[in-house]
Amino acid sequence: MNYLDEFRDGALGQKLLHRIQQAVRPEKSYRFMEFCGGHTHALFRYGIPDLLPANVSMIHGPGCPVCVLPMARVDQAIALARLPGVILCSYGDMLRVPGARGVSLLKARAEGADVRMVYAVSDAVALAQQFPDRDVIFFAIGFETTTPPTALALQQARALGLTNFSVFCNHVLTPPAMEAILSGIPAAEPGLDGLVGPAHVSTVVGTAPYVPIAQRWHLPIVVAGFEPLDVLQALLQLIIQVNEGRAEVENQYTRAVRPNGNPKAQQVVNEVFEIRSQFEWRGLGGLADSALKIRDIFSPWDAEKRFKTTIPRGKENPACDCPDVLRGMKSPKDCKLFGAPCTPDHPMGACMVSSEGACAAHYRYRSET
Amino acid sequence: MSLDWTHGKVEMAHGGGGRAMTQLIDALFLPAFDNAVLSARNDQAVLPAPCQKLVVATDSHVISPLFFPGGDIGSLAVHGSLNDLALAGARPRYLTAAFILEEGFPLADLKRIAASMARAAQEAGVSIVTGDTKVVERGKADGVFITTTCVGEMLDDQSRGVTQIRPGDQILLSGTLGDHGMAVMSLREGLQFDSDLMSDTQSLHGLIEAMIVAVPDIHCMRDPTRGGVAAVLNEIASQTQLGIRLEEKAIPVNPAVQGACDLFGLDPLFVANEGKLLAFCPPEQTAYLLATMRSHPQGEQAALIGEVSADYPGQVSMRTTLGGLRRVDWLSGDPLPRIC
Repeated sequence: MNYLDEFRDGALGQKLLHRIQQAVRPEKSYRFMEFCGGHTHALFRYGIPDLLPANVSMIHGPGCPVCVLPMARVDQAIALARLPGVILCSYGDMLRVPGARGVSLLKARAEGADVRMVYAVSDAVALAQQFPDRDVIFFAIGFETTTPPTALALQQARALGLTNFSVFCNHVLTPPAMEAILSGIPAAEPGLDGLVGPAHVSTVVGTAPYVPIAQRWHLPIVVAGFEPLDVLQALLQLIIQVNEGRAEVENQYTRAVRPNGNPKAQQVVNEVFEIRSQFEWRGLGGLADSALKIRDIFSPWDAEKRFKTTIPRGKENPACDCPDVLRGMKSPKDCKLFGAPCTPDHPMGACMVSSEGACAAHYRYRSET
Repeated sequence: MSLDWTHGKVEMAHGGGGRAMTQLIDALFLPAFDNAVLSARNDQAVLPAPCQKLVVATDSHVISPLFFPGGDIGSLAVHGSLNDLALAGARPRYLTAAFILEEGFPLADLKRIAASMARAAQEAGVSIVTGDTKVVERGKADGVFITTTCVGEMLDDQSRGVTQIRPGDQILLSGTLGDHGMAVMSLREGLQFDSDLMSDTQSLHGLIEAMIVAVPDIHCMRDPTRGGVAAVLNEIASQTQLGIRLEEKAIPVNPAVQGACDLFGLDPLFVANEGKLLAFCPPEQTAYLLATMRSHPQGEQAALIGEVSADYPGQVSMRTTLGGLRRVDWLSGDPLPRIC
């Protein structure tokens, strides 16, 4: 099995779509949210929404780590990058996100800041070793998927006595965001009928953390891989659960996800990070216990403690509907800025920046036809 | 004193117009590119006039890393302007080459690049007839930049180009997508993974000549370099105000390229190619053109990947492997890997 073609096979996809057609009850409507940007991307990349029965609608969730990071944190990263002697490293997508007045890390780089794209946090550690007289800061973002490598890098930096490496930590947690979305839907709005659960996140945390959510909200959750057939199969499982009145956590992504996840990764994360009591999410607001911070024993490698930056507070464009889009209350096309002036070339809101953001995926892949 | 080809470096004097520059040209470029016009050491080349219409194409080449599996900046610099020229339906005859060298650049690498250029030019049957060398201070360039200009003659009187594209035209692709871009990306700083990715850099004029002889009526040919097939097709759709519809399952992609793209969250449609072409062909001649391409070594994996229509003006869309329809938009900025 090469894991590429099998999960994109057109004939198998048609079979699954046929089974979905047969499973849906015409009198019902099914509103499912895919939490992860990876799923949003797969849905649009393969033109799946148009292939689903008319009474199955997909709502795009907040699971894009780039999209949920508030502008103030982007501005803080830019301020860090502009400090003399600093090399700021981050993952590709993050560099394009506009902060206050549309300034992104890429623009800061054009203006002279030393900003580098890395493919892994270990590359940032290597840079710190290569440039002992520079301060290398890793702008760490992401859900539980990207947290273990950051934790390992911090352990490595401590073991090596690497004093010129630090991490600007913005790691966030999936279950609190799920809770926030579900509790934030006004009673007058139609609720969700099911969740397509995270793929890569679940390889680390497992499926167990979703069980209390499924029970509390009586909501079926199916953890699914990022390939198109994974998503279709998960939708079929959700439809069957809805029809049968069940609200269970099921695992479609059995080739990668175990019920208790990856205990070794969880242990490394616990050694290095602790729960942050409050963290601001773009679109969702301040959420309690929803992010991680670096433990005190790693303070010398915590960029927030090492560097003092003052940043003018940037304001989001009030016309930008990213907050409602991120909560699934609005479709990207409902936003006045969508398409003009907000496009992937000139993103105004975070959902337009990453290809996993609902607006960018909508803009990129939805044919006007 | 003779040049040290093992440990020697480019010095400012090598671009200074004095003895050192002459020495570099005499010892490196003249023997490598070896032809009578260049060896006359004039500041220009005097060439016999071609019988057909004259065609000129120019291209600057900057690439990091300079050497990559399947090629290097030298072969790329020859193929780049040569392909641009040939796509008009022209036969390349002569090349010029201008080098901007960074002080401190290893002479051994420069020799390797010159040899690679010479080989690429020889394989393509063109001569490098004049050139220029400048040296800039360390830090003001990235090793070596090469600008080449290709001069050639039209093979026939047919006019081809974007304005000739008509609704109903079918779109042929000469081979797999994304090989060059992913081979280069696999070597970039911080991105080391073992793979059999290999750049597709090659000159296409042999294939083009065979195609034109078989089907003189080809409406337009383009090479999907930077920005990939998506950029070229969007440019054409927006210029012609016609719609373009692709068929995903028909598009050939090497498994190694697809795998690398998946790893980094990139799409082969947006990745650069340096040895592939797209041809717009009247539908009644597609079968013959496709057969001609497939019988040529540079077009063995050619495929019919889509067609032009009057519907949905200005848009490029694709029927996915699952049967859904998606838009194929321009790339925004450089391709950046996704995080999740």
